[in-house]
Amino acid sequence: MSTATLAVETEAPRPRRGSRALAQFVRVFCRDRQAVLGLVIIAITGGAALAAPLISPWDPLSSAGVERLAPIGTPGHMLGTDEQGRDILSRLIWGGRASLMVGILPTVTAGLVALFLGLLAGDLGGLVDHVIMRALDVFFAFPLVLLAIAIVGVIGPGMNNQMFALTVVLVPYSTRVVRTATLSVKHLDFVEAARALGASRRRLIGRHLLPNVLPPLLVYTSTLVGMMIVASAGLSFLGLGVQPPTPDWGVMVGNGRLVLYRAAHVATIPGIVIVVAALAFNFVGDGLREALDPRARR
Amino acid sequence: MTVYALQRLLGLVPVLFGISVVIFLTMKLIPGDVARALLGPMATDQSLAQLRHALGLDEAIYVQYGKWLWRALHGDLGLSPIVHKPVVELLVPKFGNTLILAGASFGLAVVGGVTVGLLAAARPQTVVDRTAMGVSLVVGNMPPFWLGLVLIVFFAINLRWLPSLGMYSSRGPGGLEDLLLHLIMPAVATAAAPGAIIARMTRASLLEILGQDYIKVARSKGLSERAVLWLHALRVAWPPILTISGLQLGYLLGGAVFTEEVFGWPGLGRQLVSSVIARDVQVVQGAALFIAVMFVLVNLMVDLLNLYLDPRARPA
Repeated sequence: MSTATLAVETEAPRPRRGSRALAQFVRVFCRDRQAVLGLVIIAITGGAALAAPLISPWDPLSSAGVERLAPIGTPGHMLGTDEQGRDILSRLIWGGRASLMVGILPTVTAGLVALFLGLLAGDLGGLVDHVIMRALDVFFAFPLVLLAIAIVGVIGPGMNNQMFALTVVLVPYSTRVVRTATLSVKHLDFVEAARALGASRRRLIGRHLLPNVLPPLLVYTSTLVGMMIVASAGLSFLGLGVQPPTPDWGVMVGNGRLVLYRAAHVATIPGIVIVVAALAFNFVGDGLREALDPRARR
Repeated sequence: MTVYALQRLLGLVPVLFGISVVIFLTMKLIPGDVARALLGPMATDQSLAQLRHALGLDEAIYVQYGKWLWRALHGDLGLSPIVHKPVVELLVPKFGNTLILAGASFGLAVVGGVTVGLLAAARPQTVVDRTAMGVSLVVGNMPPFWLGLVLIVFFAINLRWLPSLGMYSSRGPGGLEDLLLHLIMPAVATAAAPGAIIARMTRASLLEILGQDYIKVARSKGLSERAVLWLHALRVAWPPILTISGLQLGYLLGGAVFTEEVFGWPGLGRQLVSSVIARDVQVVQGAALFIAVMFVLVNLMVDLLNLYLDPRARPA
């Protein structure tokens, strides 16, 4: 056996291009302490919400058997109780389910719709592009939250309608991001080369445009989630989103407002959780931007 | 510049047309019969048909739209079936109150945001910079309704310095002083998040400019840091700061809905929410139109101001 053959046989197999990119992404992301902190907070909040039946100390919907508006530090009720004697910590844990869902689901759904519309507009161009973008332009004429309120006004309050309204208001913003990314890639040499080699439109989109459009959309979507957690909490606070007695952070602030003069903690504690969750998603969004966009690296 | 401004103004026509179509069609999608809502469940078929004819509801949709638009252009947005008042009469005073809150909040957000951004950019990577940016990050993620409640807890309940509800005290003297006292907390709550974004933008844009050659020249000429910052850097940093401030107006109008609700401020946002809850479609339609037109006009004004301040942005 020649030395050359031996060298080839003993050499470790080279990682594929995709796994190298993933490893670099993970390395850059993990270097950002804020992003890791954000991820840990999201994991704790999301994990607690998922495991609510196992870890929640009390039933979030019924009175815990102590006096109403018990203060923070009451034995058995670390964060006290609300105006109906319900354990605040338990409601926060259960509330994460609705609050995180109404923050995340509309953003992801809007991202998927935007991916379709943005790729269509950017790739086809011409009349299709013009019609899609001009139709979406009208939505930019309304402040985001006010448009969501007006849509809920038309279809009626409730959690599903709240998520629908938030999805509708986000689609134009995400579509713009996808379209811009598509336009910046579609005329690059490697796409033109694939087109010249006879690649079908499906292959061009699937193999060349999509992988280049997804990172900016992912970064944008991750930063929107924090904003949507705040916005959806706002709609629930106003009584237009998640309806009581379903536990939700925005609903909890709204209910706590009624007893603000007697027990401020009922409204302030859920608000702190909203701020922390929104911050966590923003940290992760910044980390993703840095890891996915080489130009953003410090 | 004048030609461009006129072009932009003309460009608003299709946008405003689009807004009116969207608002009109959306309201038409609402399930339920307006005539029945107005006459109640005991109305006869004949009276319902008569009212539908009188309101033009039996006409083709494009005819209904044309008539609605014509009336809207003449300041008639219909009658609220819930409060039995003309929508315009209901909205105009509320609009004025929202303008007071939005104007004060915008001023506060710009002055506060630019000041904090300046302080941070003047001492980059120091305790001042890190504290300013850390605080602005947290404040930028605070829901305005929650911040409003926290302010009430501190300044109205504990310290008893400021009133927590309404525009004027019910038994107070009224007047400007009373209004300003009532305005402080809602304006701070509304301005906080946009102000935080303006602060971060100001810092970023100033730091970028402070690294440029002409700043190095200014420093090497022996100019003080204050002169470099105020006379040379800030002048060039204004356009992006102004653009981002203009973009915050939408956020500010959205935030004002929550603070109006928390502080009982009788504005357009609060009216919109109560009309949504009461399913008063006519008022929701009118308020949406009011807000959209205001938003579009304000954005145009910001764009034109930007052009005036920054010759580089002007079209060739």
